[in-house]
Amino acid sequence: MRVVIPSPLFSYTSGQKELEATGNSLEQLLASLDARYPGMRHRMIDEQNRIRPHIRLFVNGESASSLQRRLAPEDEVVIVTALSGG
Amino acid sequence: MSTQSLAYAHSAPVNLLVGTRKGAFIYRGDAARRSWQVDGPHFLGSIVNHLVLDPRDGRTLLLAAKTGHLGPTVFRSLDAGRTWTEAKQPPVFRNATPAETGRAVESVFWLSPAHASQPNVWYAGTAPVGLFLSHDGGVTWEPVAGFNDGLYPEIQGKVNPGPDGSLLHSILVDPRDARHLYIGLSVGGVFETVDGGQSWSPLNRGVEANFLPDKDPEYGHDPHLLALHPLKPERLYQQNHCGIYRLDRPGLQWQRIGRAMPSDVGDIGFPVVLHPRDPDCAWVFPMDGTQVWPRVSPGGRPAAYRTVDGGASWQRQARGMPPEQAWWTVKRQAFCADAREPVGLYFGTTSGELWGSTDEGESWSQLAAHLPHIYSVSAAAEA
Repeated sequence: MRVVIPSPLFSYTSGQKELEATGNSLEQLLASLDARYPGMRHRMIDEQNRIRPHIRLFVNGESASSLQRRLAPEDEVVIVTALSGG
Repeated sequence: MSTQSLAYAHSAPVNLLVGTRKGAFIYRGDAARRSWQVDGPHFLGSIVNHLVLDPRDGRTLLLAAKTGHLGPTVFRSLDAGRTWTEAKQPPVFRNATPAETGRAVESVFWLSPAHASQPNVWYAGTAPVGLFLSHDGGVTWEPVAGFNDGLYPEIQGKVNPGPDGSLLHSILVDPRDARHLYIGLSVGGVFETVDGGQSWSPLNRGVEANFLPDKDPEYGHDPHLLALHPLKPERLYQQNHCGIYRLDRPGLQWQRIGRAMPSDVGDIGFPVVLHPRDPDCAWVFPMDGTQVWPRVSPGGRPAAYRTVDGGASWQRQARGMPPEQAWWTVKRQAFCADAREPVGLYFGTTSGELWGSTDEGESWSQLAAHLPHIYSVSAAAEA
């Protein structure tokens, strides 16, 4: 599926803004991204598996609040770094 | 430190490691400490709470960082900051059980190399308060269960977030005993372990906590910074939310040496810095802690204060600093000393200025300006 990466994470993807990845859920997708780009998941998801306060995950334009959100190969996932001021 | 390495430190060029709200900078000094070449910014846009050189190998740098969006991590450099690698396992709390509300590290606030006999061992303090340990030079970190799951659950009712959150800082290692540590919790107090962090005891007797209903609590105090003298490790200094204190172990009663400060300046501040060779000599940098706690230089007239008698008296040291209308202060990690003779002192301000003295505070000059809000400054002898 297509995944859109926000600029604060470009240091992990070598500047790549869009990429293809796989996973049957957001949890699996993030695991596969972390395998390719070590450390990336931790910057988005805390140690209690909570999405960090200034990260949003959108699936086909809808905000997903759970990492258990199921995914299909044709889905689009957009990772957004929400405004955090200052 | 050996005689040879001490002599080396007396003459070695100094690098100033500066952590700011928007990245890190390294100022490389010449032999005379007069000219400084800036290297940076590193990690522009990242909040860098602490940047520390490992004095045991003279080359490993650890940097605690996060951004406004992304979670906290630690970066490591083995080549004086030219290249950096992120920790494979940054400090994180253990996974919570279903019955618990799990805690998550919001920022890595403090980094301390462990004992000289433990190469590659480091400690990290976090917000919210947590203690972590690395055995591999900062590549992977593990929780110190004796604190995170032992002491913390006992005291959490009195570990209250201050303006910058609840912080674990001032991880001090007794140079005589690798298992003997002190830590400071803001807010929470000073604690000591003699078994490498498995069990902890409060060490706050004599320290005021005028923000608590209990006037003589066992813990719950607000140490801003602790310092232990390397050549006289039984001597501790503390800059607290409620004054400046000294403790000579095995004593248990802190003495408020800040009582000798001028009354119009007071003894509130963040940092305390020790002379590397004279346990009776220390510096503080007072701030306005009156009424609504402006946390700026008292009267807009910044100054360091030095004691040479263990806190019995204090002398103002402000030559070269702005005489008026300077409304900044110095955060707890942002004032340091080098090991040269005479001792060099360096501080960074909340307004992004870097200041230094090569004559033990008798005179000061501005080394850099227009930096972001400075959180930490540490002096490292160039390897």
